Amino acid sequence: MDIDLMLRVYPYFLEAAWVTIQLSVLTIVLGLICGMIGAAGRLSRFAILRFLAAAYVSFFRGTPALIQIFLLYFGGPQVGIQLDAFEAGVIGLGVNIGAYMTETMRGAIISIDKGQIEASRTLGLSKFETFRKVTLPQALRLMIRPLGVNINAQIKGTALVAAISVVELTYTAQRYIGSTYKPFEMFLIAGILYLIIITASGKVISYLDRRVRLQ
Amino acid sequence: MTDQTPFVEIRHAQKSYGDLEVLKDISLTVQRGEIVAIIGPSGSGKSTLLRAINDLDPLTGGEILLEGVQVNKTLPHRQYEKHINAMRQQIGMVFQHFNLFPHLNVRDNVTMAPKLLKGISSKEADKLAEEQLNHVGMLERIDYYPSQLSGGQKQRVAIARALAMQPKLMLFDEATSALDPELVEEVNLVMKKLAEEHMTMIIVTHEMDFAASVCDRVLFMDQGVVVEEGPPEKIFKNPDMDRTKEFLRKHLAGSK
Repeated sequence: MDIDLMLRVYPYFLEAAWVTIQLSVLTIVLGLICGMIGAAGRLSRFAILRFLAAAYVSFFRGTPALIQIFLLYFGGPQVGIQLDAFEAGVIGLGVNIGAYMTETMRGAIISIDKGQIEASRTLGLSKFETFRKVTLPQALRLMIRPLGVNINAQIKGTALVAAISVVELTYTAQRYIGSTYKPFEMFLIAGILYLIIITASGKVISYLDRRVRLQ
Repeated sequence: MTDQTPFVEIRHAQKSYGDLEVLKDISLTVQRGEIVAIIGPSGSGKSTLLRAINDLDPLTGGEILLEGVQVNKTLPHRQYEKHINAMRQQIGMVFQHFNLFPHLNVRDNVTMAPKLLKGISSKEADKLAEEQLNHVGMLERIDYYPSQLSGGQKQRVAIARALAMQPKLMLFDEATSALDPELVEEVNLVMKKLAEEHMTMIIVTHEMDFAASVCDRVLFMDQGVVVEEGPPEKIFKNPDMDRTKEFLRKHLAGSK
């Protein structure tokens, strides 16, 4: 194993890791927004909204994320959507993980005991007030860990956008393999950096979970 | 509204789940300050009737009136929401499983609804919480969370939470059924205290002794109908109906 080479090239990987972090943060934020809208749709009292949200979830969970990204990036221009690779990556991955987050959020919300809602409604709180003051605060506590699982998957999932030449960690590793012919070393550097990013995000999730957990 | 208007009036209450009729044409009035117990075997419809009073389990037929105002009105969604929320603020309810809000401490459990719905200040809310918790003997636990309380303590807080909205009527749905036997008494004492203060109460219970000592009137329900009603001395000592006799015999034998 060529340690000298690894030490020489790893600073270039740090830049790529920064792109991976940006991709992760942006797609997670977009995913959370899509998840909130999706969960609200899934739990709506209007059948049409429930249907649309269910269709969203089943399309994005039922097709490979790579196909979704290709569809957007290569197929988009054909229907008038012009995006650069980074934009297409963020939107494709964000909307994709949003489908998973929809189900995570919905699961947490529907797991709140019905007695909680009844107690709130009998005090005279409206449906919305009950959601805001009783259901949501409890559901948020329950959804942090499963959202952490989605986030972990998403950070690793950013590697897919290497396929549309976004210069992130995986793409950078491939590019340096082209010039060094040392795939073991290059993928090892990328792997270590992914591990660091994921471990750090895991710590943040655990911290948040501990902070808000009910006694 | 005249003095003749009953405080609570149930007219021809009927409820079905598909083919199963759980309430069959029940009519009933409750006067202001009256304390009514509803007893009967499980599945008799007593909880369903109680939960129909604040429209938590809507009737499929009949009317519920509080001071002459219909509770279970059929209205467009938004108007219904507004109407029912206003009605429910006047009707306190206590559940078998307490249903305290686990993410809020005792103080906030009591003050959340009055703060939100009556717009009282934090200072007024604190005072209200202290009064109500003192009333049920839970003042020293004001900063605790529900998970740190015993069942009896939880139920006393739940009663304080309902009373903080200053309801006109209190509904108790088997308030002591989920409690360990040694914790029942503390909750019964709080309910007796409310009775002495002339709170109007409708109590679904399995506790015949409590019903006998506190209530003005006892209703025996079975299979969706009120089989017999009357003062507790009459119902417990000298019931007319065979079904009542049989229920009491079984129930008292079972509780020994």
